Amino acid sequence: MKFVDEYRDPEAVRSLVTALRAATTRPWTIMEICGGQTHAIVKYGLDALIPGEITLVHGPGCPVCVTPVELIDRAVAIASQPDVLFTSFGDMLRVPGSSTDLLSVKARGGDVRIVYSPLDGLKLAIQQPSRQVVFFAVGFETTAPANAMAVVQAHRQGVKNFSVLNAHVRVPPAIRAILSSPANRVQGFLAAGHVCTVMGFEEYLPLAEEFHTPMVITGFEPVDILQGLTLTVRQLEAGHAEVENQYARMVRREGNPAARAVIEEVFEIADRAWRGIGLIPDSGYRIRDRYRAFDAEERFAVGHIEARESPLCIAGSVLQGLRKPHECTAFGRECTPEFPLGAPMVSSEGACAAYYRYKKSAHS
Amino acid sequence: MCLAVPGKVLEIHHAETPLMGNVDFAGVQKQICLEWVPEVKVGDYVIVHVGFALNTIDEQEAEETLRMLKQMGAFDDEVR
Repeated sequence: MKFVDEYRDPEAVRSLVTALRAATTRPWTIMEICGGQTHAIVKYGLDALIPGEITLVHGPGCPVCVTPVELIDRAVAIASQPDVLFTSFGDMLRVPGSSTDLLSVKARGGDVRIVYSPLDGLKLAIQQPSRQVVFFAVGFETTAPANAMAVVQAHRQGVKNFSVLNAHVRVPPAIRAILSSPANRVQGFLAAGHVCTVMGFEEYLPLAEEFHTPMVITGFEPVDILQGLTLTVRQLEAGHAEVENQYARMVRREGNPAARAVIEEVFEIADRAWRGIGLIPDSGYRIRDRYRAFDAEERFAVGHIEARESPLCIAGSVLQGLRKPHECTAFGRECTPEFPLGAPMVSSEGACAAYYRYKKSAHS
Repeated sequence: MCLAVPGKVLEIHHAETPLMGNVDFAGVQKQICLEWVPEVKVGDYVIVHVGFALNTIDEQEAEETLRMLKQMGAFDDEVR
């Protein structure tokens, strides 16, 4: 496939590893913010190829992982109602709530369906006007315009039985929170390529300057990641702190203005709690008042939820890059992708799932 | 969740709102929303996430990245 194969070329990988070794003279700690990149790094064994001086820290860029447990419980409560058809991306179904998950609701007869796109949820609402169709709108800025578009289309087409349970998060405030933490050891960032495809990278310029930290917008294939790391290390070695764009084939400085406009139409910036991390100011989106009718939290009165986390799970430390998945006592024992204790073991972007799938033999 | 894959635009359905089109992903075809890439032409590549084209792929920039990559390799040959 064009635009994929050339970025998995073993020759290119080898020459980039050599370039990275040549560029590295001192120890550096670099965070890849996006869980998609974490999976590529572990899947292709890139962490074993790079110089020992470089420590890769896996970031919190996994929306499934950071969706608060209260919201999973709310989703479970809404999906359990008899007239509800609950739609979601597949990753969310196994995420453990306080006592159960969406897959168990489905197993008990609830109508919970996996959809590819939020527009599929809207289509179901149009086809089944007598039922309440809810879409679980999780995601970073990459997914926000798609979910916003479903709301706009529902509004335009007068679809009264469609609503979204919103759990949107934003990357730049999370980077600010990480860099502001006294425990921070991250010196450079691989910024998330697809978030920046939508948003562009102007938001990152003041962050790089204020915290004197290089940020390289990076793609998802092995060649992209190694090139992103090489550019980051070259900046670190030279004492620079600039925003560079490795993923220029997708990312323009201003992002995609049409996609940004639909986010702006439906959402406004709000504080949001991240599972395992806590409240981060301005780190999410909430639905604007003019679209409140499509907010599932308004439509379904679920009441107070007393959320509980597994006492064994260290997902918070993993998401903040303080500990690696295999340092958890439950990893691969009490906690597996089939029976997860925490969300990072579920998601196709969760660090624990990546380590379980690709590294289990190395640590067992 | 932020997984997005490149695909080639085969058809554009200009009459539809939002703008839709038929996109090929290495042999699998899907109906994709093209509303945010209004300038797209048949034969262009787009990057697709949850049924939406997020951008067209800039072939010149893609070539530039690969050229830069070769330069990095060439640089290594000199230092070895």
